[in-house]
Amino acid sequence: MNQLFKRLSPAGDAAGEDLSFHPDDAPLAIHDLTVAYHRKPVLWDVDLDIPDGKLVGVVGPNGAGKSTLIKACLDLIPRASGEIGIYGKPYREQRHLVAYVPQRESVDWDFPVSALDVVAMGAYRRLGWFRRVTKEESEKARDCLDQVGIGHLADRQISQLSGGQQQRVFLARALMQDAELYLMDEPFAAVDAATEEAIVSLLRTLSEKGKTCLVVHHDLATVTTYFDWLVLLNMRVVASGPSETTFTRENLQKTYGGKLSLLEKAAEALKHTVD
Amino acid sequence: MPELAEIIEVVLLQNYNTRLVVLSTTLLGVAAGLIGSFLLLRKRSLMGDALSHATLPGVAIAFAIMVTLGGTGKSLPGLLLGATISGVAGLFTMLLIRNTTRLRDDVAMGFVLSVFFGIGVASLQMVQSLPGASAAGLESFIYGKTASMVQSDFLLIAVVAGIASLVSILFLKEFLLLCFDDAYAAAQGWPTFFLDVLLLGLVTAVTVIGLQAVGLILIIAFLITPATAARFWTQRLLPMMLLSAAIGGVSGWLGASISALTPNLPAGAVIVLVAASLFLLSMLFAPPRGVIPRLFRQYRLRRKVDRQHFLRAAYEILEEEQGQGDVSNTPFPRPALQSKRSWSVRELRSILKIAKREDHLEPAGPGMLRLSESGFGEAARVTRNHRLWETYLIYYADIAPSHVDRDADLVEHILGPELVHELEEFLEKESVTTPVPPSPHPVS
Repeated sequence: MNQLFKRLSPAGDAAGEDLSFHPDDAPLAIHDLTVAYHRKPVLWDVDLDIPDGKLVGVVGPNGAGKSTLIKACLDLIPRASGEIGIYGKPYREQRHLVAYVPQRESVDWDFPVSALDVVAMGAYRRLGWFRRVTKEESEKARDCLDQVGIGHLADRQISQLSGGQQQRVFLARALMQDAELYLMDEPFAAVDAATEEAIVSLLRTLSEKGKTCLVVHHDLATVTTYFDWLVLLNMRVVASGPSETTFTRENLQKTYGGKLSLLEKAAEALKHTVD
Repeated sequence: MPELAEIIEVVLLQNYNTRLVVLSTTLLGVAAGLIGSFLLLRKRSLMGDALSHATLPGVAIAFAIMVTLGGTGKSLPGLLLGATISGVAGLFTMLLIRNTTRLRDDVAMGFVLSVFFGIGVASLQMVQSLPGASAAGLESFIYGKTASMVQSDFLLIAVVAGIASLVSILFLKEFLLLCFDDAYAAAQGWPTFFLDVLLLGLVTAVTVIGLQAVGLILIIAFLITPATAARFWTQRLLPMMLLSAAIGGVSGWLGASISALTPNLPAGAVIVLVAASLFLLSMLFAPPRGVIPRLFRQYRLRRKVDRQHFLRAAYEILEEEQGQGDVSNTPFPRPALQSKRSWSVRELRSILKIAKREDHLEPAGPGMLRLSESGFGEAARVTRNHRLWETYLIYYADIAPSHVDRDADLVEHILGPELVHELEEFLEKESVTTPVPPSPHPVS
């Protein structure tokens, strides 16, 4: 059945060619995922298999469902249909393997905590109920801040950090989790050059350690240099595969094409009929 | 006016009649301060307000039931149980409206607040006409009153406040995560719905035990004000919570004491006014975030900028007179300074006055100005920083030379020694040569 879906969807072509690839153990395998907000579908029949150890960039126009895709993987929003496997099992059994970097704007940075406090949140799951952050975890949090190059800002209150530094705090919090799969929502959005460099080198390091990173990205100019696997998304998966073969004019046209796609029109129609 | 002896007696809890009430509002204040911190950070203040208004029907209905069962209807635990049940009903109504319709949160809260309060007021009127019942005193649940209290009532309030405080400290880490980043908490597998319910449960507990003394209209202020005041003093959660607890406790203690001494002042209003005064003090004077310290910091920066502008202008006048390179400290005419920058006569006068006070100027005869030795050294340093920064901007930040002076103006005043050193190294490495006065290190 999966094979059938793969042949039908454009996403299947590239992934299907790789014969050594076993989707069941893949860091992230999505089958037939549909997500709707107020009954209006934002992701439509998504099939996606992400191979191990790849730096994956997810690109697509505004409203293409990039953040929604990540949130669906984390069970943060209900899905209308479909299955998502993280290393072959549902997310709720694999939480310890997945680190999440939300969009920077999703939280209020005028919050009475230090950078170190935020990074330590990455250890809360390990610590469990009621246990305070231990000395070792605190040291580890400092180390994670060092890895993103802002160890000297550990005790700074988070509103006194620049946007790029705040983004790095979020990355350090994800590092703190010791995960295998990293889901990052627009980490490059509105950051300074130094932060961009720090994030790229962090991604490379993670990749060398065999970790898999799925990164929502908006800058087409850098996408092929930063990522070795690409997912082009616009409510459905337009293409997914190695950067060189996927980043084609034709695929981009399909993803960003100016006209309302038929899917979008159908979604609008559906919304109005149910209301 | 109460006498001094009486005041001391009440405030120091020596008066038997008021002791229990004052103690209970103090404990209530501590609990409200702790839990209010989370309520504030979770941005649920309005929900707390709706919740407290929703307790009124419960008070009236509990009274009616107790009278029907043949009591006086004045049992505090019974009334508070009723309040809890209708408060929770109000919460569920809010959740129901939010989850089944597309109305926004504030609509759901406004609806619950006004409708439940309306039902409460109407049913209070109705129970007053019940045969054989005296509902007098139930109004105190609306505005709060320091009625004398029996020991069992006090114990109930003390135990609930104590448990609520302990729970809020026990769940510190979990609540912190929930308030800061609920999506991350959920992704990590924390039961965010349960935590939210627990937090609102604590808010309900504090609201209900505060009904009698503070009243349901003002209890939300007692929850929010201490936390908001504490936020001005600190940037960390735990200190904020402890301070908030202290502010809440002091408000409860002083407020109830004042109210007990002046029979016509409702306790709730006085308690909230004491808390509001502490809030006002914090907002004005707290060093990290207060208004006045911030104005003072801005004033200091402006003065520093003015001083540096004056010194650089003076140095540039000397350069123009003597040619760039080896500049020595000689007197120069005052009008030259005036034409250097767009200072008004008054501004210049005040700048010169300050410069004299700071020993940057020496007497040099009528119409003439002369920098002191330290003023000259400082002027050389300031000018140097300005040019270093300008050079960096032109060559490496791609800023048009015509804009550079203004940009340099903004930043040079905050260049610390390390940054200056970094600039020097950078420009040296890139072998940029511009006329920069020699470093006046001997002076600084």
